[in-house]
Amino acid sequence: MTAATEASAPAAPLLRVNNIEVIYDHVILVLRGVSLEVPQGGIVALLGANGAGKTTTLKAISNLLGTERGEVTKGSIEFDGANVEASSPNDLVKRGCIQVMEGRHCFEHLTVEENLLTGAFTRGGDRAGIQADLEMVYNYFPRLRERRTSQAGYTSGGEQQMCAIGRALMSRPKMILLDEPSMGLAPQLVEQIFEIVKTINENEGVTILLAEQNTNIALKYARYGYILESGRVVMEGSADMLRNNEDVKEFYLGLGGEGRKSFRDVKQYRRRKRWLG
Amino acid sequence: MSELWFFFEVLLSGMFAGTMYSLVALGFVLIFKASGVFNFAQGTMVLFAALCFVGFLEMGLPMVVAALIAIAIMVAWAFTVERLVLRHLVNQEPIILFMATIGVSFFLEGFGEFIWGGDVHPLNVGIPDDAWFVGPDGAMMIQQFDLSAAVIAGLLVTVLALFFHYTRIGRALRAVADDHQAALSVGIPLNQIWVIVWSVAGFVALVAGIIWGSRLGVQFSLSIVALKALPVLILGGFTSVPGAIVGGLIIGAGEKLAEIYIGPFFGGAIEEWFAYVLAMFFLLFRPQGLFGERIIERV
Ligand SMILES: Nc1ncnc2c1ncn2[C@@H]1O[C@H](COP(=O)(O)OP(=O)(O)OP(=O)(O)O)[C@@H](O)[C@H]1O
Ligand SMILES: [Mg+2]
Repeated sequence: MTAATEASAPAAPLLRVNNIEVIYDHVILVLRGVSLEVPQGGIVALLGANGAGKTTTLKAISNLLGTERGEVTKGSIEFDGANVEASSPNDLVKRGCIQVMEGRHCFEHLTVEENLLTGAFTRGGDRAGIQADLEMVYNYFPRLRERRTSQAGYTSGGEQQMCAIGRALMSRPKMILLDEPSMGLAPQLVEQIFEIVKTINENEGVTILLAEQNTNIALKYARYGYILESGRVVMEGSADMLRNNEDVKEFYLGLGGEGRKSFRDVKQYRRRKRWLG
Repeated sequence: MSELWFFFEVLLSGMFAGTMYSLVALGFVLIFKASGVFNFAQGTMVLFAALCFVGFLEMGLPMVVAALIAIAIMVAWAFTVERLVLRHLVNQEPIILFMATIGVSFFLEGFGEFIWGGDVHPLNVGIPDDAWFVGPDGAMMIQQFDLSAAVIAGLLVTVLALFFHYTRIGRALRAVADDHQAALSVGIPLNQIWVIVWSVAGFVALVAGIIWGSRLGVQFSLSIVALKALPVLILGGFTSVPGAIVGGLIIGAGEKLAEIYIGPFFGGAIEEWFAYVLAMFFLLFRPQGLFGERIIERV
């Protein structure tokens, strides 16, 4: 069962990751055959503990592995009907696939507004369109309008997350790869940001692939999810199904499971505990 | 009273000379900020650009044409460096890139000599070179040449500042300087940015080379004078454009004043090394430089 068949429209998925393997520094094997699909207009969550390979998967898609000496050595990635291999990050942004990096990475010496404008770099001199989209971003994130002339480095973590998402939106993307937007933010703020992301998804038709450690919130907003463990997809399914799965409950939602665990499971559980701790 | 006027005369002439250091340092800073490369070849680029310019003048081309061709050559040079060097060394240790620029520098110096010969080329672009006397009884002398050089340098810096702040490309350059990963992620192509930055640095080098060459003649010692930019960078901080400018002025003024006022105690020629000693003191007390970019830290 894949996300595509679940979605109401039986269209081809916008993104298809096909059994990819990623190696860093020529020797460190990090992804060992990851496959996933993201339907047009969907919100899909990529879950897993620290070091599971979420960020690596997203960077493989946006072709940002190069700067980290990482390489996709097997498998293929198709975005919007064409392979991403030959595309530079610049091409991919033009084609409509943009990543919001883990830890926001705003340009700290640029003002908030300048940050947003850099997101429109690939659109060249389309002044009217860019101005209109600036308005759109400010409407989604009114807080950014208030802070537009502040240096991004001096804004709060939440504002920086909004700035990073807004900046991505300025490229007029078909899909945003959103890497751990909840990181280091107060629960209320996280909720607020996810609400806005959902609105953007609905109003602008932007497809979202979301990498999160915060399983709880991710499954609240995503319709489908994949769980990564040590570079492999160990489970996938609709958000409802995952939320009600006993293992997910125990290991990722922190609800504590019932039922007996085999010794092997206990060992795995400890391992996960360590990751989570 | 005339003592004081004399002091100001020395101070000003030092500062004017310092604007040249500022220009070279500016080239360093631009490249360093945008690509993290400490470009040892900046001094040689000053020499090479000036050699090209003066070479075309000597062929009888009009000044504007010679300047335009020299600019075109510096842009071609930027492309070449990106294609042959930077692209292949991206993600390597900074020291490797630094070594590469040393190689590039030697190449450029040899190449320049091969094409244009090793003679001193006198250069006159019509910058007025009379002295003005101001103050009571003309107590203070100002060289028009110095003043013109400072004005040109000032204009150049202003234009660059406007470019960086108000254009799409300028913004992209600053974005890359801040966080090149993030810049890449929003679709700013680093390779193009590098070419642009090296071209701008080449243009700055040309301006510095023309002015300097008008005073000293275009000759190989230009690339050595350009090494004065090093103490300027230490003073001003490697990542700060205002730092490069103010640092140049301080070094320029400092070495002239030192020469006049403390030189006699050392038997003169203090101008040669004063800048380096000043820089050394700075390293001890303020290693990030006067204007070393403020590192924004939040908790
Ligand atoms: N540049 C790199 N070079 C070598 N190994 C790396 C590199 N980046 C990541 N790794 C390794 O790859 C594995 C997966 O990392 P990745 O960042 O993709 O995990 P993640 O799921 O995003 O984790 P987190 O939730 O902590 O962000 C980790 O074991 C990590 O140590
Ligand atoms: Mg991650």
